[in-house]
Amino acid sequence: MSQLRVENLWKLYAGEPVLRGIDLELAAHEVLCVIGSSGSGKSTLLRCLNLLEQVDDGAVWLEGNEITRPGVDVDSVRRSIGIVFQAYNLFPHLSVLANITLAPRKVHGLPRAEAEQQAHDLLSQFGLADKAEDYPDRLSGGQQQRAAIVRALATRPTLMLFDEVTSALDPELVGEVLDIIRDLRAGGMTMVIATHEMAFARDIADTVCFLDEGVVCEQSPPGQIFTAPAQARTRDFLRRVLPA
Amino acid sequence: MVEPGRQRSGAALTWRHNPDPQQAGWVKSDRQLDRERDQHRRAVRSLTLAATSTVALAALVAWVLASSPGWQRVQQSFFSWEQAEAALPSVASGLVLNVQLFLTAEPLILLLGLAVALTRTLRSPVTFPLRVLAVVYTDVFRGVPTLLVVFLVGFGLPALNLQGTPTSLFQLALIALVLSYGAYVAEVFRAGIDSVHPSQLASARSLGLSQGQALRHVVLPQAIRRVVPPLLNDFISLQKDTALVAAIGMVDALNAANIYASTNFNYTPYFVAAGFFVALTVPLARINDVLAARAQRRMLGGAR
Repeated sequence: MSQLRVENLWKLYAGEPVLRGIDLELAAHEVLCVIGSSGSGKSTLLRCLNLLEQVDDGAVWLEGNEITRPGVDVDSVRRSIGIVFQAYNLFPHLSVLANITLAPRKVHGLPRAEAEQQAHDLLSQFGLADKAEDYPDRLSGGQQQRAAIVRALATRPTLMLFDEVTSALDPELVGEVLDIIRDLRAGGMTMVIATHEMAFARDIADTVCFLDEGVVCEQSPPGQIFTAPAQARTRDFLRRVLPA
Repeated sequence: MVEPGRQRSGAALTWRHNPDPQQAGWVKSDRQLDRERDQHRRAVRSLTLAATSTVALAALVAWVLASSPGWQRVQQSFFSWEQAEAALPSVASGLVLNVQLFLTAEPLILLLGLAVALTRTLRSPVTFPLRVLAVVYTDVFRGVPTLLVVFLVGFGLPALNLQGTPTSLFQLALIALVLSYGAYVAEVFRAGIDSVHPSQLASARSLGLSQGQALRHVVLPQAIRRVVPPLLNDFISLQKDTALVAAIGMVDALNAANIYASTNFNYTPYFVAAGFFVALTVPLARINDVLAARAQRRMLGGAR
């Protein structure tokens, strides 16, 4: 059984189609990288997967359950999906520790001490042990993004979505965030990663999906798509983004 | 995009906190010493100019007033020291009522305003009539002059003869002020809620928090911090508007002054009352300035 299955997914903004019939399938412990130019629908796709956007047609299955059917408990679906955004979106009025323990305490009903213990464990695992009491604006961009990843992991999701998580970072901070995602892969996390980092996608993905104008133009293992792309549009895109 | 600004301010901080630059091997160059001497000269010059022009303006105003033909009479009927002293006790005891009204109304207004603002964020179809009610309430009570609300509640409500309607003037005045200011405060809260970026709600919801939990733990705390200065501004305004209860016969500072003025044919008590109201609002105004300055610093510090 696949962990995630997307069938004929459509999404329109103000009548303009952004996603035009997306089909995807992802097995547990696999990593799918979504590449494509800005505006190709990568972020929209991720936001549809955790129901931040309502789909206009098609369906999404998570572990065999259709999560796009009417009357589904949106909050319970989101509990098993973690998402990390390009702009971190940490809560500025809460310390790093409070950012991380909010959902475990309020949604999963964990006692404070237990939630904080778990948060401290995760923070030290990701090299942020001394930042627990700091507020997000005291952290560098890389640290903020790592804290955001920890916050998403604290709810113990079975699927993680990454929405261009390094695009707002200074080049020298990109590495520390990508290393975390590599660690997660090593731990067997199922992930969908929208990214502009082609070398990273090539390195980490089981499947790379090239999204162009709202359709899956090409989908294949990284070894194939980066060396011998089947579609002319994929070739054009890769020629523009890859250093010659 | 946020990063360069934060790094700049970070660098500035370290520099400011460095107790002795000389220890870091820095000896100021002659060019810098010249620059600092010049800055000092300019600072002294601006200070002198500011002081001179202030004194000159004050002198001019005093001279124009004192040399105007009616000054003697104005001084007699508006600025008489003896009259002020005589009116002071009754105006001061009236002021107690203003302060009582203000202190009782303030928390009620905050509660009502927040409740109305939150009602307008509800989504469920069941709450539709509540939302309509909230919109109608803010529209009506922001539109009707506060004085008119005081009249309508003060004279209209008791005339209904409904069981349980309050008859004490204090309670009626309180209801009028709370209704009128609750509408303004509701809009301030709503603006605060709307000003929190939607991505904050999205990330709270994506962690599995319900709409209500996201509002309570993520959106509201940020919204309330942002609206403290405008709320204080509304409260400064409320402090003065407690004087409107004079219109339904309550003896507050204004009415006390009025009574004294009409029995003694002297207007000095009005200035006494005005002085009291200014003395009440100035502390709040300064708190407001401090809060605004702090918010400004935070924003420049890179916090969102």
